[in-house]
Amino acid sequence: MNATLTRWLQAPSIILLFIWMIVPLSLTVYFSTIRYNLLYPERTGFIGLDNYRFFWTDPAFMPALLNTLVLVGSVLFITVILGLTIAVLIDRPFRGRSIARVMLISPFFIMPTVSALVWKNMLMDPNNGLFAALANALGGTPIEWLQDFPLLSIIIMVSWQWTPFAILIFMTSLQSQDQEQKEAATLDGAGFWAQFRNLTLPHLARPIAIVILIQMIFHLAIFAEIFVTTSGGPGVQSTNLTYLIYIQSQQAFDVGVASAGGVFAIILANIVAIFLIRAIGKTLTV
Amino acid sequence: MTDKQRDILKNRIAVFFAWVAALAFFFPIFWMVLTGFKTENQAIAIPPLLFFEPTLENYTEIQSRMNYTHFAMNSIITSFGGTLLALLIAIPSAYSMAFNTGRWTKDILMWMLSTKMLPAVGVLMPIYLICQKFGLLDSRTALVVIYAMMNLPIVMLILFNYFREIPKEILEASRMDGTSTLNEIRQVVMPLAWGGIASTALLSIILCWNEAFWSIVLTTTEASTLTAFVASFQAPEGLFWAKVSAVSTLACAPIVVFGWLAQKQLVQGLTFGAVK
Repeated sequence: MNATLTRWLQAPSIILLFIWMIVPLSLTVYFSTIRYNLLYPERTGFIGLDNYRFFWTDPAFMPALLNTLVLVGSVLFITVILGLTIAVLIDRPFRGRSIARVMLISPFFIMPTVSALVWKNMLMDPNNGLFAALANALGGTPIEWLQDFPLLSIIIMVSWQWTPFAILIFMTSLQSQDQEQKEAATLDGAGFWAQFRNLTLPHLARPIAIVILIQMIFHLAIFAEIFVTTSGGPGVQSTNLTYLIYIQSQQAFDVGVASAGGVFAIILANIVAIFLIRAIGKTLTV
Repeated sequence: MTDKQRDILKNRIAVFFAWVAALAFFFPIFWMVLTGFKTENQAIAIPPLLFFEPTLENYTEIQSRMNYTHFAMNSIITSFGGTLLALLIAIPSAYSMAFNTGRWTKDILMWMLSTKMLPAVGVLMPIYLICQKFGLLDSRTALVVIYAMMNLPIVMLILFNYFREIPKEILEASRMDGTSTLNEIRQVVMPLAWGGIASTALLSIILCWNEAFWSIVLTTTEASTLTAFVASFQAPEGLFWAKVSAVSTLACAPIVVFGWLAQKQLVQGLTFGAVK
């Protein structure tokens, strides 16, 4: 294959991706510095950082930022701990293991809008939901999940979807663990915890880091679960940054402010992406 | 109790809790499927029913009353279309990168992956306005293009890894025999890479099928995919639980099966190749 052919073969993907990246990105940055509201097309002109100021001083901004951090942090904590535990539990031969595996990872393949509706209606509904029925049967009062604990409800739903992801990754990594090393450790009298701390955990250090970084990227962008269940409410109690920007664009029609928020979201995601790219770069052998 | 007996006991306890976890995680799905076979009244019965006479009426009604096929077709067209477009762009590039690896190949791949990390909401306004300008709001074309570009980096990376696993010696041997590049691709590479391409396609289809940001934001009815269709049931309280469950079951079943089949590629694709 000569150099010209190589160039022709590689050009389409590179050029198209470059356009896909640079055009929207520069438009977002451009829009964020001008007056641009779809409801008031006559108002135009460069306004510097006013859109950013408007976005930051929005009373919903701080709660949304805080919600985003709480959401990402809690889901990470839950999914990594649960994922590790379950991956270790299932990492042994037993009858029906492949069925248990399939059951454990299935939630990850359910579309987000479906899982949000299943949790909202059939499980968490304070009148007809299963949790309410359980609470009644046990003599308690049903919890108004989405009303009283909106953010926690979202955390539970997202954790249900993403723990399977952590399990899947950890399970895959555990399979490549050196079994002889483990057997040697057992013969030396190392108990489960000693083995877990000194062998398994170091072996899983990289996958854990990768899972954390990837989930951060995805969870900063959580949208459908909020859109379907709480619509960010009550008030702004379950509004995250993504949802706040969506509201600015689709309900206030303020392109400028929504774009300023978009730039903020991009910067936030990039902080994570830098670390992720570095971690990936180490494994990509060329 | 001897050590051996203790080990067996510990193992049993671990297996027991593994099953508890498996049942707990699968339960919401089981409950959804079950609800799809109830009547609307049974679906909201208090206390919830575990045993009942199953009915298929939801499955017939979602077609006659909600036009399920329309949305299913949109999902099929957008996810298969997006995947096909991504593959068409990616296969030649990944092929040439894998067999003619240059100084910049790694940097190019890393840059491609970094575009995947751009949050969709960050470019919401430009994409929305561009679609509006070209009359592409609520169109399947827009979704096909967006899905293709969205998945292109991952598709590139996985294909690149697959092509690299093809032993260079085979290619060299065929070159010695004077095979042309086109024939080399057709007769030597493709048969070897076919499995890799198929599973990459599977992963891409899963990601497109479950995509729920652009489909909700950019479509209203004409081009709505199943994710957006299901999202439209958010409003009414306590209504249609059985029908929504039936729709959801139909919408998720194929993808869950695809997911089981593509587990390995999924690990590689979703971790951007960092875990294999």
